[in-house]
Amino acid sequence: MSTLSHADNTNKRAYPPIRPEYEIEISPFNHEANSHLALEKKLPLVQRLWHIEGIRKTVILLVVALIWELAGRWADNDLLLPTFMQTFHAFMAGIASGELLERVSVSIGVLLQGYALGIVLAFLLTTVAVSTQLGRDVLSTFTAMFNPLPAIALLPLALMWFGLGNGSLIFVLVHSVLWPLALNTFAGFQGVPATLRMAGRNYGLSGMAYVVHILIPAALPSILSGLKVGWAFAWRTLIAAELVFGASSGEGGLGWYIFQNRNELNTDKVFAGLAMVIILGLVVEGLVFKTLERLTIRRWGIQH
Amino acid sequence: MGHGLTLPFQARTDFVENGSLAATVGGFAVNQQQLPMAAVDPLLVVKNVHLEYATDKSIVRATHDVSFNVYQSDRFILLGPSGCGKSSLLKSVAGFLPPRSGTITLDGQIIRQPGADRMVVFQEFDQLAPWKTVKQNVMFALLASRTLGRKEAAERAEHYLHKVGLGRFFDAYPHTLSGGMKQRVAIARAMAMEPKILLMDEPFAALDALTRRKMQEELLALWEDTKFTLLFVTHSIEEALVLGNRILLLSPHPGRVRAEINSHQFALDSAGSPEFQATAQRIHHLLFNEQA
Repeated sequence: MSTLSHADNTNKRAYPPIRPEYEIEISPFNHEANSHLALEKKLPLVQRLWHIEGIRKTVILLVVALIWELAGRWADNDLLLPTFMQTFHAFMAGIASGELLERVSVSIGVLLQGYALGIVLAFLLTTVAVSTQLGRDVLSTFTAMFNPLPAIALLPLALMWFGLGNGSLIFVLVHSVLWPLALNTFAGFQGVPATLRMAGRNYGLSGMAYVVHILIPAALPSILSGLKVGWAFAWRTLIAAELVFGASSGEGGLGWYIFQNRNELNTDKVFAGLAMVIILGLVVEGLVFKTLERLTIRRWGIQH
Repeated sequence: MGHGLTLPFQARTDFVENGSLAATVGGFAVNQQQLPMAAVDPLLVVKNVHLEYATDKSIVRATHDVSFNVYQSDRFILLGPSGCGKSSLLKSVAGFLPPRSGTITLDGQIIRQPGADRMVVFQEFDQLAPWKTVKQNVMFALLASRTLGRKEAAERAEHYLHKVGLGRFFDAYPHTLSGGMKQRVAIARAMAMEPKILLMDEPFAALDALTRRKMQEELLALWEDTKFTLLFVTHSIEEALVLGNRILLLSPHPGRVRAEINSHQFALDSAGSPEFQATAQRIHHLLFNEQA
């Protein structure tokens, strides 16, 4: 009943008025006459600077440094918490003497070898995984098994197999890079739109050419994030591994530098070593990965 | 009816019925009409094709015993409601979906896998590689299929991009283009390969009505220019009549051949004419009303 009365009501409503039609002759838009509309207003300088990401992040870092400095002075204990300035001096002294840079170059050398090998293996594994059902099962089983396993837990085993030295380090580095990268890459491959896949096969692409020309570029956002995660995992693993047995290998890296200075109670140098790890991380993230992203996925509009 | 052997005769009667209409339209239709039926072999022969696709739970039959012939320079339309398997049929011709039984032959060769002699224009805009510019996208097809060397590929890409009106957008990335422009790139890419047959899977369905209309005009102009062979899937009766010279009607689920109808007499401007309306009505009845 209620619906009926509702219909009655709507029927009783008045029709909209019939209005005269009109046409307007439009002359070309005159930009100069309307210049007051198109005029750009510049934002205040402070706001414009605040829109630059680098400046915002620098401000964050400066604030952190200030808090650190204040906390250090308040604690007033060089052994437990050296101030920011003390660490800064130790850092600069390390750079000036060349010791810190030498340690960094040792660490980076090993890191790059392990990272590169991990990348190659990850791509081989995922290529097999996209081509065959068995490969897919192997990949998912292996990543489920090994991804949660801390690389450092494999170090005792690696030491037995490869002895002290770079062989063991590279083994654990590969382990720390391979699984997260393979997992991300494979997820990226699976997310490639079906139409794009068909378009690629339409040209007659198959096998390796198909992976290289279609899947890898299309999955690049996932691959890049896998590379980032892999890079961070590799750094952690390397520093930890050097802390464990850096003493025995011929020349120590950054982890060994930290460990040695802790033993000698040079806490400011420990902080300088840690700061170096952080700075390298920021540089690689800010320069290498950001540039890669800007040149690829942002330019192509795959990721914003 | 609905079997490959009887279809040509059905087509023949349509042809006579529509003869008086055909005389009133553009030159190409008249020429085509005067072509003797038996003088040429069909380019694409689809014979008793059963298509199936697997879902997680079951195997679904997409088309049942479908047969039809496409001749050189045909604008052949597959028309039917959703679920009639017309897209599956096109994918099967493209080589992405092997038939359960029956054969598809192009120029005498049985189709077994995707190939560059059958270029597909898809409905989705993401068929273009986002990491390549407009020109690189067109060249990519030519290079990946080893059709041409780099220099010739660049020249051919530019030629066909000019043809589709994208002469000023060689270096633009796909994400900066509108939907219509993306489809133009896809059409240029497919045409640049100069395939034996062009396959289009509702390429204009995702466009707005005004752009769609413009793209239909442009496609017909391109056909006038190069007389390519086209297999075109649509669910729009009007688009089928305007674009095609011959229309295969498929019944819904599983797709079976309902009729083949001539539409060479209709051009873009005939959409309002009584004959056009009558044919559209007839198709509508064939598709949705079994007795008519």
